[in-house]
Amino acid sequence: MDVKEIIAKGDLVYEKTKVLTDKEMHYCPGCTHGTVHKAIAEVIEEMGIQEKTIGISPVGCSVFAYEYLHIDWQQAAHGRAPALATATKRLMPEKYVFTYQGDGDIASIGCAEAIHACNRGENILMIFINNGIYGMTGGQMAPTTLDGMKTATSPTGRTVEQNGYTLDLTKMIAPLPGVCYVARHSADTAAATRKLKRALKKGFENSMKNKGTSFVEVISTCNSGWKMSPVAANEWMRENMFPVFPLGTIKDE
Amino acid sequence: MAKVKGAVVVDIEKCKGCGICIDDCPTDTLAFERAVNGKGYHYAYMKAPELCIGCSNCAISCPDTVITVYRVKPERKKTS
Repeated sequence: MDVKEIIAKGDLVYEKTKVLTDKEMHYCPGCTHGTVHKAIAEVIEEMGIQEKTIGISPVGCSVFAYEYLHIDWQQAAHGRAPALATATKRLMPEKYVFTYQGDGDIASIGCAEAIHACNRGENILMIFINNGIYGMTGGQMAPTTLDGMKTATSPTGRTVEQNGYTLDLTKMIAPLPGVCYVARHSADTAAATRKLKRALKKGFENSMKNKGTSFVEVISTCNSGWKMSPVAANEWMRENMFPVFPLGTIKDE
Repeated sequence: MAKVKGAVVVDIEKCKGCGICIDDCPTDTLAFERAVNGKGYHYAYMKAPELCIGCSNCAISCPDTVITVYRVKPERKKTS
């Protein structure tokens, strides 16, 4: 049985979800943003909530997230996505509201907004893409940059003396009483992406149960910023980032 | 037990040649094509189509969702 025959006779096992637009993503080859966008789109399709979902896109590479998912979007100023999501959810409690933010956006510029939205227990899902650097602006050091990691603004490696410790925002947010679900995942392999989808689904469900904020961190790569090939970046992430940011569910109430 | 047969279709023009599908393929079916697409990337193709089991790992891990997966179930193969 050759390939053409399998395609003609076989069952369609996997195709691009209709929630993703046909527009080509502007992300670099191998960027985790694409995989996470797809995971979100597939969860939205599986739950049948395309008409009821509002996403808040951040500032950073994923600022154009609204171009790639066929749902309603708002674009927030630097780091202010949780504030905008708060307003959106309070005005339209029947909608599924989520924010999509990178580490520069949520852990640095928007740290206050993120922590206070979580502390208030807003019924939103916050998705935090952590690649350890500011990807869009050229790979500068972020609060989540690992100790000793070389970036554009720490060419000899980050040091604790000069730059302080790596910020673990997810761990910081987990003890807050307003937060009902905190998990950390990755999207480097198909298995990891499937786990991420389950976490996102749980987050969306929680946002309708008035349980509080759900927070899902995705450990990602920025192969252009890290100056590696996409596959090497994934391996580097597994070796260096997973020990500092261990994967798993941190809080589930 | 008859082996499950699968096949993938790569949207050549949209593929950015990142190679994550090739890394994630459990049967080493995929590889980089020598030729390049309109963007200048070496796109992924089925180097060994007979090995494909249609697990859709490549499609799920593809950041640009350019892969479509088909599969033929073994029992269907027996009847044909």
